[in-house]
Amino acid sequence: MELQQKHRAKDRDMQLIMGNLLRIGVLLSMTVVFVGGVIYLIGFGQQKADYSEFIMDDAGFFSLASIWAGILDLNGKAIIQLGILLLIFTPISRVILAVISFFIERDYLYVLIGLMILSIILFSLSNKLAG
Amino acid sequence: MSILLFTLVILLGAFMAGLVGSLTGLGGGVIIIPLLTLVLGVDIHYAIGASIVSVIATSSGSAAAYVKEGITNIRIGMFLEIATTISAIFGAVVAVYINPNYISVIFGGILLFSAAMMLRKKVDHSDTDTSGKLANYFKLNGSYPTATGEQPYAVHNVAGGFLMMAVAGVASGLLGIGSGALKVLAMDNIMRIPFKVSTTTSNFMMGVTAAASAVVYLHRGQIDPGIAMPVCLGVLIGARAGSKILIKSKPEKLKMLFAGVVTFLALQMIYNGIKG
Repeated sequence: MELQQKHRAKDRDMQLIMGNLLRIGVLLSMTVVFVGGVIYLIGFGQQKADYSEFIMDDAGFFSLASIWAGILDLNGKAIIQLGILLLIFTPISRVILAVISFFIERDYLYVLIGLMILSIILFSLSNKLAG
Repeated sequence: MSILLFTLVILLGAFMAGLVGSLTGLGGGVIIIPLLTLVLGVDIHYAIGASIVSVIATSSGSAAAYVKEGITNIRIGMFLEIATTISAIFGAVVAVYINPNYISVIFGGILLFSAAMMLRKKVDHSDTDTSGKLANYFKLNGSYPTATGEQPYAVHNVAGGFLMMAVAGVASGLLGIGSGALKVLAMDNIMRIPFKVSTTTSNFMMGVTAAASAVVYLHRGQIDPGIAMPVCLGVLIGARAGSKILIKSKPEKLKMLFAGVVTFLALQMIYNGIKG
């Protein structure tokens, strides 16, 4: 019983840290998206919008290298993409946090489950799937 | 239409989608996609890419609050995320090989289903019979805080729930939505988890599920910054506003109204898909 209570206390800690992590991640990424959006609209606001047909890999800024190069140029679209990358990384970092926390709790079954989820996402990140 | 005007229109529409999505529990994705495609003539592939980004934002935002309250069952969430991430990636990968008209029709179907789920009378099937072998092995049984103290609950039919989650994952990856309706079906009806736990845990899982397929969309160029920016900002702010309103107004009448709107959008999507 005592052990169970200890587990529960640790679960509470994890829940608090996880909640803060998610909140900070969303706030940070949305701020970056907003700043990028303002820069983008100042530069391109008067041009014509056309999204009537999907063109694969049209606009660039879909790889880390091109996003980084764009940020150095203060390109609004690249900064928005950085914000979106930060947003995508938010729930992923939540899984990393859970793995660490389950490891401290010695719940190795859930360490394994967390690592499985991470490797599934890493596989998706490897860019062999986009087609 | 100039980019500035286009952005402002999307921002407003996304705000409404987030608001309605939060009030009804449908989520912003199922509403922003018809709005972008039917009203603004955006290609459905771009609409899906922008929507999946907004799903990550809203689910992570509200999960932050739920997780702190201690209602979310993190073990159930992570266990089922194995199913949803694999199937979401699968859905995102095959999406590009499917004729957009079919995607439109499938989307309409899911939309109709979501509207029906929204109106359905909810019955709590939860109990405390913790004899399920898989549930015990994966330590899924839990408890959640109520006004009268911790309420324990048991988890049933883990395999069935896992399979249903895989279906929800495919829908999420294919259509760029959170598929909350399918997730709640898996947890409420199949695994018999209490409402409070199932809705918060389903929301908790959406972020990771959406992130898995968002990566595929990002590589493919479906997440266009010009659309994703106003969509995710608008939906997030709308959802926040919705979570504040919920407490004050009568949700039942609103739900009837929204079910009507959603049904109309669904039929439009199906009609457009068939017409080609």
